[in-house]
Amino acid sequence: MNDVRHPDAEDTFIEGPLYASAKRIYPQRVQGTYRQIKWALLAFCLAVYYFLPFLRWDRGPNLPNQAVLLDLENRRFYFFFIEIWPQEAYYFTGLLIIAAMTLFLLNSIAGRVWCGYLCWQTVWTDLFMAVERHIEGDRRDRIKLDAAPWSVSKAVKKVSKHFIWLMIAWWTGGAWVLYFSDAPTLVNDLIFFKAPFTAYMWIGILTFTTYIFAGIMREQVCLYMCPWPRIQAALTDDKALNVTYLYDRGEPRTSVKEAARLKSAGEAAGDCVDCYQCVNVCPTGVDIREGSQLGCIQCGLCIDACDTVMKKLGREPRLIAYDTDEAIQMRLKGETPVYKFFRARTFIYLALISMVGGAMIYQLATRMTAGINVIHDRTPLFTPLADGSIRNAYTIRLLNKRPDVRDFAVTIDGVVNATIEVIGVPATADWRPVVTVGPDRTREVRVLVSAPRASLTDKSMPIVFRASDLFAGEVVTEDDHFHGPGN
Amino acid sequence: MAANLERDAVTGTSTTGHEWDGIKELNTPLPRWWVNIFYACIIWSIGYWVVYPAWPLISSHTTGMFGYSSRADVVTELAALKARRGQNAAALEKVSVEEIAKNPALAEVAKAVGRAAFGDNCAPCHGSGGVGGKGYPSLVDDEWLWGGDVATIQTTLKHGIRWTNDPDTRIGDMMAFGKTGTLKKEEIDTVVDYVLSLAKLPGGEKFDEAKAKDLFATNCASCHGDDAKGNKDLGAPSLVDQIWLYGSRRADLIETVTNGRAGVMPAWAGRLDDVTIKSLAVYVNSLGGGK
Repeated sequence: MNDVRHPDAEDTFIEGPLYASAKRIYPQRVQGTYRQIKWALLAFCLAVYYFLPFLRWDRGPNLPNQAVLLDLENRRFYFFFIEIWPQEAYYFTGLLIIAAMTLFLLNSIAGRVWCGYLCWQTVWTDLFMAVERHIEGDRRDRIKLDAAPWSVSKAVKKVSKHFIWLMIAWWTGGAWVLYFSDAPTLVNDLIFFKAPFTAYMWIGILTFTTYIFAGIMREQVCLYMCPWPRIQAALTDDKALNVTYLYDRGEPRTSVKEAARLKSAGEAAGDCVDCYQCVNVCPTGVDIREGSQLGCIQCGLCIDACDTVMKKLGREPRLIAYDTDEAIQMRLKGETPVYKFFRARTFIYLALISMVGGAMIYQLATRMTAGINVIHDRTPLFTPLADGSIRNAYTIRLLNKRPDVRDFAVTIDGVVNATIEVIGVPATADWRPVVTVGPDRTREVRVLVSAPRASLTDKSMPIVFRASDLFAGEVVTEDDHFHGPGN
Repeated sequence: MAANLERDAVTGTSTTGHEWDGIKELNTPLPRWWVNIFYACIIWSIGYWVVYPAWPLISSHTTGMFGYSSRADVVTELAALKARRGQNAAALEKVSVEEIAKNPALAEVAKAVGRAAFGDNCAPCHGSGGVGGKGYPSLVDDEWLWGGDVATIQTTLKHGIRWTNDPDTRIGDMMAFGKTGTLKKEEIDTVVDYVLSLAKLPGGEKFDEAKAKDLFATNCASCHGDDAKGNKDLGAPSLVDQIWLYGSRRADLIETVTNGRAGVMPAWAGRLDDVTIKSLAVYVNSLGGGK
């Protein structure tokens, strides 16, 4: 590579190589409030991710007992007491809307707090960095180690680091596939190489992406791959809490001795001693003192680092803090800043979330456990019979979303004196064919509807198909048409 | 790097030494990781040459260590498919067509096989969905020239209709009464008007009822029956219902009586295997017209 650069090259934007090697970042260990919160959330998120598939949930004899299961083979999604059929995939749309709105709400409250604490990229990168720190030491040791020539001890450290990373990545992929099949069975199958190839393939893919994203790429994912920083920049305002360097208090930066001298001379001196601790601990390598920026994921680790320094110097903590741009402006004007949680923006997001959430809960609570789909035969649209009456044929699919066998009486309405016949199903005495549908199944039947010519007032007449559960009384209907030659 | 590398003054990047009209090309290599993956792919491909068929020889090719062949894959997959179909076919082969129709699981298989076979073999004449057309009977209505239960449909499929190569084929003739001179023009008109009145069809003209009844009894009743309701043993259609294979206008009927009708359906035994014919019978029966 080319390391020799013209001295002016740094300041030119267009000229110079288009490809720049990523600057290696060696985040330093830090302790404090936000680090504690991050550890707690990390433990919680990973525990949910790795162990949720093993949680059991009894649904009766005909259904799987895994609390969260994406059963692609049988096209069902189980989430605790909820079972979703493919026809109900719109619930996922609702969930996605709620997720997006929650992200926007969090953004209006505290900026990119999602990025800093909950995003999987952050969580796994944090975990990988902890492993790295444990094996290779803190920032200085790692810089030294990387600069040192290859030796046995360096090789041992590097190999064990990458090995543990790969193991975590492998477990991450392993946990992923457990969401798609019965977890205990699949674990057993995986161990004895009896699992389907797709399971191993997905574990391989997830191992690779986890290792690459959390181990190698890290902040590059946030800086170059993730769309959220770009969207967020367009959504944010000066009233949201952001990790902020209080430049009104910190500037001008001076050393402790110089500050004392300046103050005694009656000149202004800021609290920032320019110690670069905030930069050293930053997982994306930004300088927060340059203001809010694309690289900042709002994790608050620089707050912890700065607080430690301020404490040692006997100065007020929170020179870097969760604060708003507006507050700084007000302080500069000598006013007392107030943080407003309830603003038009937060209200709108809260309202949207509760609207969509409410609609989904209402849908879920009132949804039918049966369903009927009717498809009219395309050819022929109608068939004249020997006695001159007209017959239409339909394909009907009955859906039974309950875990027991159910009997549905199929009836029609809308055409006078029309009779119904279900092929392969004997009619009862009152001309109501009864179709039996298995537990959590659908059944497709062919249905013939015949009507005398006198009943046909139009070439196409509306007709209603009704399936009534003989035991529970649930009734579902579907509209279709009855075609004929006209009157 | 060579010592005499020329460097670009602005960027500090070395040049490739190429120059066009004073413009020098900067040597900006691809990212290392990209180049490494590229080299790794080349090395990987050598492994492919060793284990898989790769290089063409004069009359054959290198077969590779694994002995892989996509042709062999196809053969294996086809054999597996055949074995799977064989299970279903064996089940359908053992039992009679009536038993298949009664057993929901077997009927399901038969209908699937039948649907595919119908599209390939029957739809060209009988139309998709069995809707039929002029001269080609509808398979979805409730009128059957030769009978509509599964066993009868099976027989029709096997031996065909007026298919002279098959000794067991179904034979029934609608005579050309006009062409052969059996009936005169006015007599045909009379008997046609009479039939139109029997079927309560419009378009009929006035006729001599006594003469018509006499003509019908002499010429038509032997096949179509005294009550004109037809005879399935002879493939003679009912003349009192609303279904008319060759049209129900007066002119259509006159043409039928004058020239006769003799539609042909091929015998499918020998062309289609037994299981397919059984499946077709069950499928056609389920279309809606079956008895």
